[in-house]
Amino acid sequence: MAVRVQAQAFDYGAECAAFAAGARGAGAVVTFAGLVRDNAGALTGMEIEHYPGMTERALAAIESEAVTRWSLEAALIIHRHGPLAPGDMIMMVATAARHRAEAFAAAEFLMDYLKSRAPFWKKEFTADRADWVAARDEDEDALKRW
Amino acid sequence: MTLTVLYFAWLRERIGLPRETVETSAATVAGLVAELSAREDRYALAFSDLKAVRVALDQDLSDFDAPLDGVREVAFFPPMTGG
Repeated sequence: MAVRVQAQAFDYGAECAAFAAGARGAGAVVTFAGLVRDNAGALTGMEIEHYPGMTERALAAIESEAVTRWSLEAALIIHRHGPLAPGDMIMMVATAARHRAEAFAAAEFLMDYLKSRAPFWKKEFTADRADWVAARDEDEDALKRW
Repeated sequence: MTLTVLYFAWLRERIGLPRETVETSAATVAGLVAELSAREDRYALAFSDLKAVRVALDQDLSDFDAPLDGVREVAFFPPMTGG
């Protein structure tokens, strides 16, 4: 089980391979990556602010909950902060379980909780403005299914 | 009591600082918000719509009715946008 909060980029392929290699006893690995989306082709960059200390605590608690609920063999969360460019990888989660249903469900749970319970805030930059990304009601509603 | 108060994202920008030390006798988070809002317009503006503000006490999510007794660090921020 691991949580990493970092400014630097990570190698998604290498992380996925290392995670799968270390997931002894698992029959299924699910990985997910979130990218900086350029909706209208106008985004010049993104800045992610976070709350050092609480971020790590919140992620560890969310991960621990997923591990318990779906009896995961392994779990990984990597989340970046600081300046990012369109197309950059923001974060990834990986889950390993005995069977795929548990691995998929746990990955979705991690993503739903990361969206609205981990203290990160995104700011989007275009050529002439900068806007904080507003939280979406759908993201809050998504928690109710768990 | 002496509290470390942290602000993030647009709350940090509107208030104009990331953290400060606050001496307060407020019993609850709501009491602290009222004290801060009475100080200066920039606080009153930042806290004008509490539906858009979240609070953490000692790095755990909490709410505005929560007591401050024993708390060392209070953080105010908008709804989170991780992932």
